[in-house]
Amino acid sequence: MSEARQFNAIGRRVIRPDGVDKVTGRAAFGADYTLPGTIYGKVLRSPHAHARIVSIDTKKASRMPGVLAIVTGADFPKVGSEEITGGEGAGDYKDLATNVMARDRVLYHGHAVAAVAATSVAEADAALAAIKVRYEKLRPVMDIDTAMADDAVVIDEQLFTSGLPEKPSKPSNVATVMELKRGDVEAGFAAADIVLEGTYRTPTVHQGYIEPHACLATINQGGQATVWASTQGHFDVRSGAAKVLGMKVSDIKVIPTEIGGGFGGKTTIYVEPVAILLSRRSGRPVKMTMTREEVFRASGPASATKCVIKIGAKNDGTLTAMSAWLAYEAGAFKGSSMAPGAMCVFAPYKVDNFLIRGFDVLVNKPKVAAYRAPGAPQSMYACESLLDELAGKLGMDPIDLRLKNAVEEGCQAAYGPKFNAIGFRECLEAAKRHPNYSVPLGPDEGRGVAAGFWFNAGMQSSAEIHINEDGTVTVIEGNPDIGGSRASMAMMAAEELGVPYERVRVQIADTESAGYTNTTGGSRVTFATGMAVIQAARDIIGQCKQRAASTWGIDGDMVDWADGKAIPKPGVNADVKPLTLANIASNAARTGGPLLGRASLNARGAGPGFSVNFADVRVDRETGKLDVLRFTAIQDVGKAIHPSYVEGQLQGGAAQGIGWALNEEYVYNKDGVMENAGFLDYRIPVASDLPMIDTQMIEVPNPSHPYGVRGVGETPIVAPLAAIANASCAATGVRIRDLPLSPPRVLAALEHAAS
Amino acid sequence: MAKVHVSTSVNGQHTEFLCEPNESLLDVLRENLQLTGTKEGCATGDCGACSVTIDGTLVCSCLVLGVEIAGKEVGTIEGIAKGDVLHPIQQKFLEHAALQCGVCTPGLIVATKSLLDSNPKPTEEEIRYYLAGNLCRCTGYDKIVRAVQDAAQTMRGKRA
Repeated sequence: MSEARQFNAIGRRVIRPDGVDKVTGRAAFGADYTLPGTIYGKVLRSPHAHARIVSIDTKKASRMPGVLAIVTGADFPKVGSEEITGGEGAGDYKDLATNVMARDRVLYHGHAVAAVAATSVAEADAALAAIKVRYEKLRPVMDIDTAMADDAVVIDEQLFTSGLPEKPSKPSNVATVMELKRGDVEAGFAAADIVLEGTYRTPTVHQGYIEPHACLATINQGGQATVWASTQGHFDVRSGAAKVLGMKVSDIKVIPTEIGGGFGGKTTIYVEPVAILLSRRSGRPVKMTMTREEVFRASGPASATKCVIKIGAKNDGTLTAMSAWLAYEAGAFKGSSMAPGAMCVFAPYKVDNFLIRGFDVLVNKPKVAAYRAPGAPQSMYACESLLDELAGKLGMDPIDLRLKNAVEEGCQAAYGPKFNAIGFRECLEAAKRHPNYSVPLGPDEGRGVAAGFWFNAGMQSSAEIHINEDGTVTVIEGNPDIGGSRASMAMMAAEELGVPYERVRVQIADTESAGYTNTTGGSRVTFATGMAVIQAARDIIGQCKQRAASTWGIDGDMVDWADGKAIPKPGVNADVKPLTLANIASNAARTGGPLLGRASLNARGAGPGFSVNFADVRVDRETGKLDVLRFTAIQDVGKAIHPSYVEGQLQGGAAQGIGWALNEEYVYNKDGVMENAGFLDYRIPVASDLPMIDTQMIEVPNPSHPYGVRGVGETPIVAPLAAIANASCAATGVRIRDLPLSPPRVLAALEHAAS
Repeated sequence: MAKVHVSTSVNGQHTEFLCEPNESLLDVLRENLQLTGTKEGCATGDCGACSVTIDGTLVCSCLVLGVEIAGKEVGTIEGIAKGDVLHPIQQKFLEHAALQCGVCTPGLIVATKSLLDSNPKPTEEEIRYYLAGNLCRCTGYDKIVRAVQDAAQTMRGKRA
């Protein structure tokens, strides 16, 4: 990493290569693909949160007009227990299969019970209504306290808590217990001048991507399937569908469509294997799209949590001990984001004594999926809220309190490794200096500060670069472009090769045309796939030097590559003209054939991302409504390849975090039925809810990446929850520890405080 | 149900189709006319991804029946650019990076055009309230609002 490096292509605000298609309606998303003969698949879903399936009668439905296939759990193969690796969320293939189609029991309202393929959606819906399912209702378990109670209904009789010294004697709803500790936490609390404790709850929330899950699948009589899917990871669709259907990986080709948002929610599969099976049964291509209601009820939201945080500090703000008790709802199957939540909770702070205990808890809700920095927003909301209380009690500025304890390069993170170059302190100092931090506040207004953290991921990526005969460049890689990554890949290829950005095109290839690549998650794409693109470009440059050398009749190591041209090294006595990429490409047939560069890697050293956010809110004391007046997001972004899209990540994460803090929640009735499964009642922020979101990018280069890139996509959602909650407390004078801070809750708290 | 024959105009082109009486305009556009630029995000009128205009009025096409557009003029995202020239709103969305995943973008561009056709110089607040029916989950709206402001300025310059 050379910090003095001058960049040509990266750091500019170029127009993304897929942009024109996306502003003209040409870009084809999941539901936009249709083949000749396509029919439509629909899923019958459980009306109960928890029930035994006594019988399913599909006879009448199968004779309905237009119906070409019906499947139930009995039509799917038995899948053995096996851990899912490589995806963003934790899980087991056996559970994945049971989530795709229920077998003997339904475990949440919306759980798939049967599926129909018919020549129209209306006919498929009519057939679903004709399927008779007899259920024996069971008591639903809908929250952490109920699930963890001694007399709780046990959702899975085969589930014995893991992570304990000995296997327990009884099954339990607690799938996993995890512990992280350092030092002597009791001694740390005893040495403190002040000890605070708080219990915080966050509700089930949804990623809220605007495009519902959608796919088109076709399978031939030889058993080879092709699937078009809106997904963050088409290689994971392939492996998941292969497991669920007992097929060979090589018999499934997945073509990623444009993806209309995912935020972690499209890192797993729901309808894809069902569509393949319906296609096999009907002999026709089958298209399946979820309705918005199905997306809420039957895809994977983020965990509801209960977090108990305790912090001890000296009067000067030095932290002496921290403890966390963190319970995360997994939904109907084990595998919440509790572990990353536990690993992040104290990550920004130097503290010699801590104890973190995490619990992965089953409830009768849909199996959670990853949601942007999965696990971190919930636990860090709790910790960052309590730190705000601590700052208040100590009479310290909340940024100063964090500066006093901030981790820096060389510190051992609470979750294990030593931090390399990081920019947390820089973010805190920038926040303190930011003009928004000293804007005077009016009556009923308050300002709140919070920090955010996310590890960021590396993992496996592949890339190929083809040099076309006119010297233009085609990059082939395997990460669906969820927010502008084609642009960043093209910019990095252009930078490395020394050619203009406009001469590079990026193709997101299917599972048979790109090398294996992990999912678009973990903020890994610009870092890891970008590194593969850079390495593939270096492969091209090496080949070009050899081609030039053979053209000139000198040794390959006597050639340099500069500004997109092969030139003899200084001092080499060769009277030759530089050869551009176009020169070499047009002559490729005579120098060894086509120019094809490639790289595959398992990227290490993803630089962690730190952020500091602060928000100003105003409370309407008559209604309890909180309005966000200003929001400032400051983050260490390593090196911004495309600054506009990096700012966009900070702004979009802020908006999602504000929604999580202020409004969003799954509302369940006593029977475990979600009562607000639509965008009218599950209200995500709209344009008139938000102010402009000010951003400041801090660039502390990640030493593990050639350009200093660190992931930027997930960190932005972590800090807003506590920033808003802390601002709300400052504005109202009342600390509310349960999210969301919706008008009725705020109003009730104000009335309670006044009485 | 017997299908209904509908004669209409879509993006200035005379268009005829058959549809079920209960079929939404959104489904007619996407399935019958293969105009898939109009997106379905919710089918309940809450997200605006299916925004189109009918005789110049902005609507959610999921809340309109296909049979209702007989004799009317429908405007969709496919009709915004003229030939190979992007509309200034489209150009400004690109320049401001006002899209990330891009699935809400067609609806937002149709809605923005409807706004600027009736109000060439909207305030930030007017923009935010006019576009409040178009959900975007990626951007936080900041760059969208800026793109709309810039497009408005460009369009005013062209008119002058």
